[in-house]
Amino acid sequence: MSSVILKQVDKTYRLGAVTVPALANINLEIRPNCFTVISGASGSGKTTLLNMIGCIDRPDAGEIILAGRAVNTMSDNELSDFRVRHLGFVFQSFNLMPVLTAYENVEYPLLLAKMPARERKQRVMSMLDAVGLADKASNQPGQLSGGQRQRVAIARALVMSPKLVLADEPTANLDSETGAAIIVLMRKMQHEHKVSFVFSSHDPKVLAEADDAVFIRDGRITGIERRETVLERSS
Amino acid sequence: MMVFSLALRNLLRNRRRSMTTLAAMVVGLVSMLIFGGYARNAILATQTGYVQYHGHLQIQHKGYFLYGSGNPVAYGITDYQRIIDAVKKDPVLQPMLAVVTPSLRLNGIAGNFSNGVSKGVVAAGVVVDEQNKMRKWDDYGSLSYAPPIALAGTPADSVVMGTGVARLLQMCAPLKLKDCPTAEDMGASASAGESGPAAPDHIAALSALEQAGAPDAGDTHIELLAASVRGAPNVTGLNVVRADNWGVKEIDDSLIVMHLDQAQRLVFGGAAPQVTAIQIQLAHTAQMPAARARLDQLLATEFKALKLEVLDYETLSPIYKQVIQFFDSMFGFISILIYMIVLFTVGNTMSTAVVERTTEIGTLRAIGQRRAGIRSLFVSEGLLLGLIGAGLGIAIALPIAYVINHSGMTWAPPGYSYEYPVMVRVWGDNKLMFGSALSLALLTVVSAWWPANRAAKLNIVDALRHV
Repeated sequence: MSSVILKQVDKTYRLGAVTVPALANINLEIRPNCFTVISGASGSGKTTLLNMIGCIDRPDAGEIILAGRAVNTMSDNELSDFRVRHLGFVFQSFNLMPVLTAYENVEYPLLLAKMPARERKQRVMSMLDAVGLADKASNQPGQLSGGQRQRVAIARALVMSPKLVLADEPTANLDSETGAAIIVLMRKMQHEHKVSFVFSSHDPKVLAEADDAVFIRDGRITGIERRETVLERSS
Repeated sequence: MMVFSLALRNLLRNRRRSMTTLAAMVVGLVSMLIFGGYARNAILATQTGYVQYHGHLQIQHKGYFLYGSGNPVAYGITDYQRIIDAVKKDPVLQPMLAVVTPSLRLNGIAGNFSNGVSKGVVAAGVVVDEQNKMRKWDDYGSLSYAPPIALAGTPADSVVMGTGVARLLQMCAPLKLKDCPTAEDMGASASAGESGPAAPDHIAALSALEQAGAPDAGDTHIELLAASVRGAPNVTGLNVVRADNWGVKEIDDSLIVMHLDQAQRLVFGGAAPQVTAIQIQLAHTAQMPAARARLDQLLATEFKALKLEVLDYETLSPIYKQVIQFFDSMFGFISILIYMIVLFTVGNTMSTAVVERTTEIGTLRAIGQRRAGIRSLFVSEGLLLGLIGAGLGIAIALPIAYVINHSGMTWAPPGYSYEYPVMVRVWGDNKLMFGSALSLALLTVVSAWWPANRAAKLNIVDALRHV
């Protein structure tokens, strides 16, 4: 069963009097428990596609099915609740709450889901331990390095045990060594938590880790490659 | 995580901006509380003054207040002592009473015929000891008392007059009044003096009859002419023991105070004496509705034939309501100005916070925070600012009020010649203190609502793209 299904999805942005087609007739299935990379040049529509899959933007036409549910017909509150329970997000700039500690940042989705305190504590500490930051739990983002912040963001994305984690160029703001370490960490977490990861990236190292690669140009999918093919390309 | 904990941390992120906003609120609230406390004191001081002079309630003949002034014969209260006794013995009224005393007001002409001058006056006949007891009433701790009438222990023909009356009757020198220039000093035409008209023969005869056997009072002697029963004129010789400033010029130029017995003899002669009012001073103003209801009941049953009515000091002294309205309107105007300043200051602070935290708002929405959650976050920040500002405002206003209350400054309420200590009544006035503080806190919520709503409605993708 697919983790995500997109059927004939269209999206157009309006910039004043000019309409800019961002996505056109997108048909895509994302396999469960896979590392899927959406790759394309800047302005190709990969972030828009990621936003559609992440339920933070709505298509003009078409259908998006996540965890067996058509999300494009949900109300705003339903979508918010759906995102809490089924989706995780990792952002390029980490997007942690600067006033919260690492612990509290990871805890935030659990609070939104109204999870009991004892279970929250156990889950947060377990997740921080998994990303190697148990000793930094009381540190605020300003006291952490870029790599550490992204690891906190990964812990936050995974703490609700979502079906799908979306990562928008998660290594773009990191040096290559840290970026590689983050990819390794996400790969490890993907295996351990049996979760699908969908990236937008044009980093060859990220592409090398992908199970599936979706290539996009001018808002259209130009190709989908499986792991064997991807490995050949990256080598 | 508690919403308020997050809101507090967000407020502490930009301490300078939060402190500036708080400072605007605190200054505003302190101003409101200090002025409100001052206005409250002014109103209570004014009330205290009226109650010290006139009591809380007066029993009068029906129509006297509107039509009977100057006509004690037509609107007098007969058998007034029986009414006073009934009031004092009434089991409902008794615990509430401070003073119950009769008074008689009459119009007359006071003449200093040795100087050839006369003046239309209003004379108040009072029971001096009871009036002086009334002037010690101080239910609100105003720490100021109307000066006693200087007639205690004086002979029956003694009288105290306003300094204006003394000036007009050319009695400044014998009464040793300071700042009391004669007409000549002011460059006006000379008074009648020796060349002025002498007292009419019948007045002189009446005066001579009245003074027969009385010791000569010298330069402080006046004659008071008034209409007696059946309209016939009567005159009595009086000795002025003192002139006091009554505060309001119109009163100071016309009022004399005398012993009740003497006033009654002048008006009623040998007939049964009457009074124009029975003044009732209560222990506390708050007892007035209950006391009035009981008095109405008493008059309607036991004294129905006398056609009496009960009037309160607010009715008898319309300026009291005007003073309240004046201070209320001033307080309202100042409050509106402060509310507007706080509204825009907090609104501006919250709007800036929303712009600065747009990406965070997008992030929170992306990870599943509902619009209502974003809204409540910013509204909570506004509420928190309001509550902290309210607490600080009260905490700062109280010591300022204490310093003012112990500064020794004084003021004279409208229409009074004596001064009250300037007091700012903040502590104990819960309506002022908590009403102002909570209204300001509520206002910060209103101020935060619009930016909070705008934050809640942000498009997630646009918010995440915000730089």
